[in-house]
Amino acid sequence: MQSNNLLELASAISSGAVRVVDLTFTLSPDFPVIVLPPEFGQAAPVRIQEISRYDGRGPAWYWNNVTFGEHTGTHFDAPIHWFTGKNLPNNAVDTMPAKDMIAPACVIDCSAQAAQDPDFLLTVPLVEAWEAKHGRIPERNWVLLRTDWSKKGWRDYANLGDDGAHTPGPNPAVMKWLVEERGVIGFGTETIGTDAGQAGHFEPPYPAHHFLHGAGRYGLQCLCNLDQLPATGAIIVASPLKIQNGSGSPLRVIALVSSI
Amino acid sequence: MIEPIKPPPRKNPLLRTRLPASPPRPRSRISHGFTRAAAEGRFMLQCCAACGSFAYPAREACPSCLSAGLAFVDAPRRGTLLAETTARVPSDVYFRERAPWRIGLVKMDCGPTIVTHLHADCAEGAAVRMSLQLDKSGQAVAFAHPEGETPNMADDKQWREMTADPKFRRVLVTNGRSVIGQEVVAALKAAGAKTVFVGVAEPWRPFAGEKLLRGQDGIEIVTLDAADEKSAADLAADIGGKVDILVNTTEYVRPGGLLDRRGTSTARDEIDQAYLGFINLAQAFGPAMRMRGADGISNSAAWVNILSIYALANWPAFGAYSASQAACLSLSHCLRAELRPGGVRVMNLFTGPVDTEWFQTVPPPKVAPRAIAQAIVSGLRGGLEEMYVGDVAEEIRQRLAANPKALERELDR
Repeated sequence: MQSNNLLELASAISSGAVRVVDLTFTLSPDFPVIVLPPEFGQAAPVRIQEISRYDGRGPAWYWNNVTFGEHTGTHFDAPIHWFTGKNLPNNAVDTMPAKDMIAPACVIDCSAQAAQDPDFLLTVPLVEAWEAKHGRIPERNWVLLRTDWSKKGWRDYANLGDDGAHTPGPNPAVMKWLVEERGVIGFGTETIGTDAGQAGHFEPPYPAHHFLHGAGRYGLQCLCNLDQLPATGAIIVASPLKIQNGSGSPLRVIALVSSI
Repeated sequence: MIEPIKPPPRKNPLLRTRLPASPPRPRSRISHGFTRAAAEGRFMLQCCAACGSFAYPAREACPSCLSAGLAFVDAPRRGTLLAETTARVPSDVYFRERAPWRIGLVKMDCGPTIVTHLHADCAEGAAVRMSLQLDKSGQAVAFAHPEGETPNMADDKQWREMTADPKFRRVLVTNGRSVIGQEVVAALKAAGAKTVFVGVAEPWRPFAGEKLLRGQDGIEIVTLDAADEKSAADLAADIGGKVDILVNTTEYVRPGGLLDRRGTSTARDEIDQAYLGFINLAQAFGPAMRMRGADGISNSAAWVNILSIYALANWPAFGAYSASQAACLSLSHCLRAELRPGGVRVMNLFTGPVDTEWFQTVPPPKVAPRAIAQAIVSGLRGGLEEMYVGDVAEEIRQRLAANPKALERELDR
């Protein structure tokens, strides 16, 4: 891209010809986190502690100390997060190529199916049907699964039962296919985790993590506002915190969408 | 005859909330033998090892034989009210605000004569049963009760200054997700609490017993994650002025000590939940409780901690947990001192392993959650400061007093 094209982009953003859509939930202590059996190590919840607020602790300034796990809030998964990606080069958030942080997205709208069935699974035929309408998914694109799950209250959002979470996600075959046949750069969801709530019972367990990270691809989860994105043509900017050897991080995810 | 107390009306917002005053504090060091007894609800007097006579008030030497061997021992409680008087215009602010106030002289069956506060149903010449109580200054005082039960005896005005009865009070139970929390809620409701606020962290996570809690009158589920500074502060902004009793039912038990654990995440969780949670609750709710210590029938009255007995002596099988409990015990003494000006008592209830999931593989005896809940109510009604619930807690405490080194070696198994 020539530099004058970049300036055109900047002015398009400024004029509103290119909309910037925030796909991020506010990072707050209230937001549900992934639930693991209590005997496993747990993600530290988000905590925000005031250092000072224009008071005796610091008269002119307000600031906080924050703590959180790498996988809290709207967050990014790097390949090193999963055992399948542990030996890949540049597999952590600090070493991944910066150019992977900006890529186009294909948005597959399954909100109607997810409203009917919390255990809804994305399959290869469903993606093929989407391709028949919108064209073949290009290589190095994000595939974002729109379920409107982000519009639910927190309890329905986590949707925990005695047998675990019931939230939509991809089935194993479609994950393998998206990675191997379509060369996606990553897969993103509105739910807690790129995988379905019941994905621990799949073969292999947690197929999105298994196939994505095994092939050096990325995950995005707890996204919102996917309903404001077109099926194709949006550009995703997802740059995680540069945590040393980090397996992921909360981040601000934005999408650039042409209004014309 | 005691008039039963009535549910307090809503506060008149035009009137200033009266600030708490305290009864006189000074005591001789030796008289704190009474403080120790009162804290646990025991009645102890000094008894001479040489001549066997009981002494009162506390002294350095036996008034009968001048022996220095005057140890505090559990003493018979029965006596006779010799004389009574009513102070109508006392010069002390605390008593002046509460006048008329009855005091009397009780001749103990075991010998000494004691100056004591009187329950309204104690009559001159009649037999009385004595107890030692902690007053609003946290100091031990003698209290004479009628020998038998009388109607509404717990509602006596002077007795209520010595206790923190849940009746008509509003209570915050900080964690309602646990069995202990839910038993405490039920026991407090049964004891006549007006409202029990029940803290639930991460309300998006379902939990056992939730339906039962939600279905009951006088129980209000509130969002509270004590380990989160903002969550505690937000709840206090809503209900801080309505919490008369706070029961800290935080429960975070994990096995393991130092070498067989990897890293500090679990220890950090233990500290977050137990220790920092305690600080967050104290900073959020403590100031209003301290300020409302004389706020009518439903004044703020007590703060309750449930602590592991292994706060006193480390149990290596749950070594890091023991340490987090020791930190909370230390903090509870700080809180006690800081709430003292409000007359708000801090009661610590020590237990051994509880019959809950995280002590699953620990052999009995284990404490039933219901026993903890019932102990809390009886401790509040009796105005206690220290309670040991169950055989293990009592045994550990005795072994610690007898020989701390022996206990340390024996817990290392």
